[in-house]
Amino acid sequence: MKEVLEILESDARLSAADIAIMLNKEKSEVQEVIKELESNKVILKYIALVNWEKAGEEKVLAMIEVRVAPQRDKGFDTVAERIYRFPQVRSVHLMSGDYDLAVFVEGKNMREVSHFVSTKLATIEGVLSTMTHFILKTYKQDGVVLEDVEKDRRLLVSP
Amino acid sequence: MNTNTSWDDFINPVVRTIPWSGIRKFFDLVVETPGVISLGVGEPDFVTPWHIREACIYSLEKGYTMYTSNYGLLELRQAIAQELSRTGLKYNPQNEILATVGVSEALDLAIRALISPGDEVLVPEPSYVSYAPCITLAGGGVVSLPTTLEGNFRISADQVESAITPRTKALILCYPNNPTGAVMDRKTLTGIAEVAERHNLVVIADDIYENLTYVGEHTCFAALPGMQERTILLNGFSKSYAMTGWRLGYAAGNPDFIGYMTKIHQYTMLCAPITAQMAAIEALKNGRPAMKKMVREYNRRRLLVIHALRDIGLPCLEPGGAFYAFPDISGTGLSSEEFAAQLLQEEKVAVVPGNAFGPCGEGFVRCSYAASMEDLGQAFRRMTKFVKSRGMRPRKIFSSVTNTEQTSPGPKEAAG
Repeated sequence: MKEVLEILESDARLSAADIAIMLNKEKSEVQEVIKELESNKVILKYIALVNWEKAGEEKVLAMIEVRVAPQRDKGFDTVAERIYRFPQVRSVHLMSGDYDLAVFVEGKNMREVSHFVSTKLATIEGVLSTMTHFILKTYKQDGVVLEDVEKDRRLLVSP
Repeated sequence: MNTNTSWDDFINPVVRTIPWSGIRKFFDLVVETPGVISLGVGEPDFVTPWHIREACIYSLEKGYTMYTSNYGLLELRQAIAQELSRTGLKYNPQNEILATVGVSEALDLAIRALISPGDEVLVPEPSYVSYAPCITLAGGGVVSLPTTLEGNFRISADQVESAITPRTKALILCYPNNPTGAVMDRKTLTGIAEVAERHNLVVIADDIYENLTYVGEHTCFAALPGMQERTILLNGFSKSYAMTGWRLGYAAGNPDFIGYMTKIHQYTMLCAPITAQMAAIEALKNGRPAMKKMVREYNRRRLLVIHALRDIGLPCLEPGGAFYAFPDISGTGLSSEEFAAQLLQEEKVAVVPGNAFGPCGEGFVRCSYAASMEDLGQAFRRMTKFVKSRGMRPRKIFSSVTNTEQTSPGPKEAAG
């Protein structure tokens, strides 16, 4: 199961038949495993990792440190939930350290993101403060180097 | 040079007459062909794990740029002794381990220390390209032990025994094998150990592909009962840790013999480069997880390649180790070299002709699966086309793996 996950995490487009070959298992067995992983929500979604900059799209990503007043019995969950419901929000993490939630927000431009932070995010009940950091450049995302310059430098034939 | 002489007249006849490696010959052909997908590469397609490279960089920053002991850094030898103890072997890092410039140097030293003109060395074939020339250069005679696909490219104890003459001094073992991917079983090795004992042979065990064993466990020959004393164990970092260009290997064995090897080494090499030694220490101390990950990846490709070759209809030993498949292409009616040259020309896929690894490799080609899944998929689709055009009937085209021309159904299919 772990191996199936590893393979799919590196290339989600591989078919069950191909994975079965790679793991020396029956296709039906791999299909079963994948089905179960999907229904258990271990596999949430199959998505493409896109370099939007290269696609010529203007996008702005910001990481916002959010300090939150936790609620009795709920802790940070209620506020986190209110935050992640906004489609602009790409990801939300509860953090250790100086602040509580790390919120990644995407927008067309800086103004749009600032507007979202000041009118939507900062005004949520329980949000004590926000600090917005705009992301200037992404070098590596989800284990993938965006502008990979490392080529295969091996000799074409060697003993 | 005077006008009526040429360099040939000055060159040692042995050097003049040993052939260039068949791989080198083919290499020239490949580099002239643009857009080639190469399955001809005898080294990992991973670069050295970053933590190993970083350790080397740090050592340079700290100024480790000097000679080391002829034997190599003691810390490295201790780490090697620790590594070898995994198989139950005990070597004294002080005088039973020698760090060398790749296994290639260790092999050369072992042969030179051992062989006097006229001595014979038994070499399983097909084999790595260096063994026979090193023996020849030392004045020894190469006695090939041919292996076959039917025999799983393994040598047998009987075969070894029947090749022994009064001049036989040593036997070379290299399993997992380059180019066949064959591995040896413990029982056969035990039989060979008995023969070595009976005839007082030295065994040079090249364990370079040891960690790249996918089927069963690698049997370390030196660790068989009574064999440590007569075995020169060779190993290195190139394959396990993707460190080919660092050129670092080692030899472990009886202190007297290691001493004689070191005697040559001190005059010809002095020591292995300290930068590589520093990196190797890090590899041995913390490199196992990265190595295991690479091995898992090779294994997936291996299964893919076995499957693809089966589809093409080329008989092939299911390789148990290394990263090579060695299919029998004789059914196409072509020789190894013709097959490789025409496949290169028509489909731009490079494989190595099997006869580069000895006469009994004729009729085979070596396909390295140290290549990306994309390249493997593409290469085998092209090979299918090629083989088909030569009259052999492939069963079906390699499935959707890495098929960039058509969209694979993807794992969604499984959910529905």
